[in-house]
Amino acid sequence: MARMKFLCDADRCIECNACVTACKNENEVPWGINRRRVVTLNDGKPGERSISMACMHCTDAPCAAVCPTNVFYTTADAVVLHNKDLCIGCGYCFYACPFGAPQYPQVSNFGSRGKMDKCTFCAGGPEADGSKEEYEKYGANRLADGKLPLCAEMCSTKALLAGDGEVIAQIYKERVKTRGYGSGAWGWLTAYRESIAS
Amino acid sequence: MAKLFAHIRFVVAAVALAFVVASITPAPVFAQGGPTAATSEQQLLQQLKGGVISGQVSIPDKKAGNLIHPGGQDWRNFQTVTVKWIGGIAIVGMLALLVIFYLWRGTIKIEGGRSGRTMVRFTGFERFVHWLTAATFVVLGITGLNITFGRALVLPWMGPSAFSTWSEWGKYAHNYLSFAFTIGVVLMFLMWIGQNFPTSADVEWMKKGGGMGKNAEHAPAWKFNAGQKLLYWFVILGGAAMIITGYLLMFPFYYGMGVGDMEMAQVFHGIIGLLFIALIIAHIYLGTLGMEGAFESMGEGTVDVNWAKEHHPLWYEEEQSHGAGGARTQPAE
Repeated sequence: MARMKFLCDADRCIECNACVTACKNENEVPWGINRRRVVTLNDGKPGERSISMACMHCTDAPCAAVCPTNVFYTTADAVVLHNKDLCIGCGYCFYACPFGAPQYPQVSNFGSRGKMDKCTFCAGGPEADGSKEEYEKYGANRLADGKLPLCAEMCSTKALLAGDGEVIAQIYKERVKTRGYGSGAWGWLTAYRESIAS
Repeated sequence: MAKLFAHIRFVVAAVALAFVVASITPAPVFAQGGPTAATSEQQLLQQLKGGVISGQVSIPDKKAGNLIHPGGQDWRNFQTVTVKWIGGIAIVGMLALLVIFYLWRGTIKIEGGRSGRTMVRFTGFERFVHWLTAATFVVLGITGLNITFGRALVLPWMGPSAFSTWSEWGKYAHNYLSFAFTIGVVLMFLMWIGQNFPTSADVEWMKKGGGMGKNAEHAPAWKFNAGQKLLYWFVILGGAAMIITGYLLMFPFYYGMGVGDMEMAQVFHGIIGLLFIALIIAHIYLGTLGMEGAFESMGEGTVDVNWAKEHHPLWYEEEQSHGAGGARTQPAE
C-alpha cells in the first residue's frame, strides 16, 4: 500500500490560494473553516516563500495521541481520519497539532466549539465510501474513486504534490537536481521524521 | 529644466529613504534572499529553537499564520505522559496514605465521649456555601478526571459511542458548573477569611502534629486549626488558579492568547486540578470516616460540646464567653 503524503514545493508556490478555494468547494467546507491555507514567510522581503499547509497525516499523529475520546484512526493508505460522531469539541487536537490543522465550527457564544473538522486527504470518513452521510460530515471521498486530493490536482504551478510519499519525493528530488536549489519538503521533518535532501 | 532637477531630487530622496527603511527593517527569517536561497524546515526549526515558524495568511483567522508549531509535541508529551503520572501519584498516593493512616490510627474518637449537648459551628449560609462549592467540585473533578484518564480507564469498559456521549455531557457540566463553583469560592473567600489568618496557636498545632497521632495531646485551635487554614488557602488560591485557567480554556484564544498560551493554561489547569483532587480526598476522609463528630458540623451545623473542647478549644472558650454561658449551645434532640 502507498503511504500518502503532501509535499509543498515552496520554490514554486505563488500564493494564488487556488488550493484553498478548491478544497472549500470540493468538500463544501462550512464558513470560517479552512482545511488548507497558504502561509507566506518573509512576506515582501528577500527570500519570501509561500507554503500551502493542511493536515500532513503524520506518522504517530499527535492529535490521535491526545484525543480524550479516541476519535482518530489511520487508514491503510496512512491517511489520518476522524469520527465526528465521537468528537466532543474539546480542542486538544489543535493544541497538539504542529500544523494547526484541526478547525472547529463555532456553535454558540463563549467560543464553544463544535465537532472538529480537518483535511481528510479527500478520503471522507468512517461512513460508507461515497455515501450522502459521509459527504455531509467530511466532504468528498476522491481517494475511493481513485483520484488524488483536489488541492494538489488544481495547483497551477504543481507546487503542491499529493500522493504516494516515495513517488512525490522522487519528483521533488528531480526538480531540485534540475534547477539546482530547493528549500526542502516543508513539514516532513515534523510529520514524518524525515527530510528530502536538497 | 528646473522641473527635471526637481524630479531627480525626488527620485534621489526616495531611493535614500528606501535605503534607510530597508536598513532598519528586521533581518528576514531566511539568511540569504533571492530565488536560490536554500532554507529548509530543519534550518528554521534550529534557528528558532523550538519557536513557532509563522508568516502571513490572507484569511481572517490569524492563528492560521503559524506554519509549524513544534511546542505541540511537548504539550502532547505532557498530556499523554507527565500529567498522568502526576495525577496517578497524587491521587493513588493519597488514597494509599489514607488507608495506612486509617489502619494505624482508626477513627479519631471524641475522647470524653459525647456530652449530649451541642453547639452551633456553621450557620445555614456557611453550610450552603460549603456544599455549593463541594457538590460542584465533585462534578468538576470527576468530569475533569474523565478527560485525562477516561480514554484509558472508562472507554474500554463503556464502548466508544456511550463514552463519547458521557464525555460530551461531562464537558457541558464542567463548563457550566464552573460558574457555580466560582460563586462558591468567592463566597468562601469572603465568609471565612477573618478566621483563616495564621496565629500563634497554629505554630503549636503544627508542632503537635495536629494532635492526630496515637495518644497525642490535643492541639490548640480557634475556629479553624492550622491544617484547615492551609486547606482554606489552597482552596482559595488553587481555586482562583483553576477558575482563571479554566475560563481561558473555555474562551479559547481570547485576549490575544496564542496556541502556546492555551497549552500553558491547560498545563496549569491539569496539574493544580489533580493536586486539588488529592487534597480534597484527604479533606473528605477527615470530615467523615477519619473523625467522630466532624461530619455533623457541616451536616446539621452543630457539633458536640466535647468535640469542640477537644478539637477547637480556643474557639470553644471564645464561643462560651460571648455566648453568655452557653447561649449558643443547645440541648440534644
